[in-house]
Amino acid sequence: MLIVFYIAAAVAVLATTVAITRNNAVHALLYMIVSLLAVAVIFYVIGAPFIAALELIIYAGAIMVLFLFVVMMLNIGEHATDVETAWLKPGVWAWPSGLATLLLLELFYVAAHAAPPTGPMHAVTPKEIGISLFGPYAIGVELASLLLMAGLVGAYHLGRRTSKEEEERNDASTYGRRTVFGSDVVRTGSDRTSHAA
Amino acid sequence: MSQTLKNLYPLVIIAVVLGVILNLAAVLVWVERRLLAVWQDRYGPNRVGPFGLLQPLADSIKLFLKEDWIPPFADKPVFVLAPAIIVVTALLSFAVIPFAPGFVVADLNIGLLFLLAMSSLGVYSVVLAGWASNNKYSLLGGIRASAQMLSYEVFMGLSMLGVVIIAGSFRLTDIVEAQRKLWFVIPQFPGFVLFLIAGVAEARRLPFDLAEAESELIAGFHSEYSSMKFGMFFVGEYIGVTLISTAISLLYFGGWLGPFLPGPVWFAIKTMAFICFFILLRAAMPRPRFDQLMLWGWKFMLPLALVNLLATGAVVLALS
Repeated sequence: MLIVFYIAAAVAVLATTVAITRNNAVHALLYMIVSLLAVAVIFYVIGAPFIAALELIIYAGAIMVLFLFVVMMLNIGEHATDVETAWLKPGVWAWPSGLATLLLLELFYVAAHAAPPTGPMHAVTPKEIGISLFGPYAIGVELASLLLMAGLVGAYHLGRRTSKEEEERNDASTYGRRTVFGSDVVRTGSDRTSHAA
Repeated sequence: MSQTLKNLYPLVIIAVVLGVILNLAAVLVWVERRLLAVWQDRYGPNRVGPFGLLQPLADSIKLFLKEDWIPPFADKPVFVLAPAIIVVTALLSFAVIPFAPGFVVADLNIGLLFLLAMSSLGVYSVVLAGWASNNKYSLLGGIRASAQMLSYEVFMGLSMLGVVIIAGSFRLTDIVEAQRKLWFVIPQFPGFVLFLIAGVAEARRLPFDLAEAESELIAGFHSEYSSMKFGMFFVGEYIGVTLISTAISLLYFGGWLGPFLPGPVWFAIKTMAFICFFILLRAAMPRPRFDQLMLWGWKFMLPLALVNLLATGAVVLALS
């Protein structure tokens, strides 16, 4: 199983590096997804199958799809890639790389000096996770749900329908510019804005 | 010797499953066209071979020989990758499906979650195909697909959690074994209906095929695809239908359990019944408008799934 871990870890590091350096947003997202899949494999190998499944369902299967959705909605083309290329000059990399190297050195130091974990590895079943989430960590779950509630309220506020007057004003300006041919012409927008959703 | 045979056993299962599923996907094209014809009072394809049974073969030869064209404006690597994703994720899901006791590639203790994960990864195929085609209609199809799959996946997961609560396990074998006394369709009827609807949406079949609605989007996300790349989407769709049907028969209709006949036969009968239901649905239902689809999903199905989950949990807690 150790070899599986090392391969997955190498894939994760490589994919993440490529994801950072890509100029095309969708290609970068694809590498990000590969990285998440690799992390899921690592979770599975070290005995956390439930977390591996959640990693796939939530991160790779839902959040990344949302990212992709937004990128597609914006439909940024060649232009964005050019802008990105202009932004990512070699000088930009200096500070982040320096800080990351510092962390890497620390990691080497810790790995060289700390004692390796002892005892047999213990695979965590979905049931154990459920019991600990709703037992000792119940407050954490509640706090996380509060946070999600705040997000939900915020999303509702941003996505709420425009006020009635605003819609009527828009309708009026549309009709004002439209020449009426005959009497039974179907007016665009006459049905959609008031009844849809 | 017996040790070698034991090691080879999973490989044999994989070979059998792959062979059956891929051939089934091809034959389903014929089944669908013949059944639609029956319901529409006509014959359907009946020229090639007995009862037109060789039609899938003729179709696949035709697909293989067509010109494989990639539009010059497309994002080439993503364009090529997209059709592969749908087939790979759909086939991977069959790894955790138990066809009979012991006849399963990987009997994971997160089997059901694996199924969900693979179906949620399958979205990428459609979304990326729509984006990579660099065509307005394809992009619209891709955007529709991603919005639809995201919203229907949510209550698909929630609706099957009722089954998990009663069975007490994510392992599909355990879920089937828990139905020895009573199929879950009876105590979990609302969950079953919700899962069925979410399943149709997940497989992107009519009435939920807005991602490729041909009357408005040409062919949606696969407008630009030709030859076997288009064929992959086709095969992927039929494997998806088969997968949802097997999931329904495992979760709600006792999988291989049944009197007289051997287990795999029961499983095949139940699965085929649901595949036929999928096809009947296509013959019977009109396509909703996209905003109606989203509205229905979030404002009606999701609360219903939550209520079902809550009620199931309360009853199980009260009885235990």
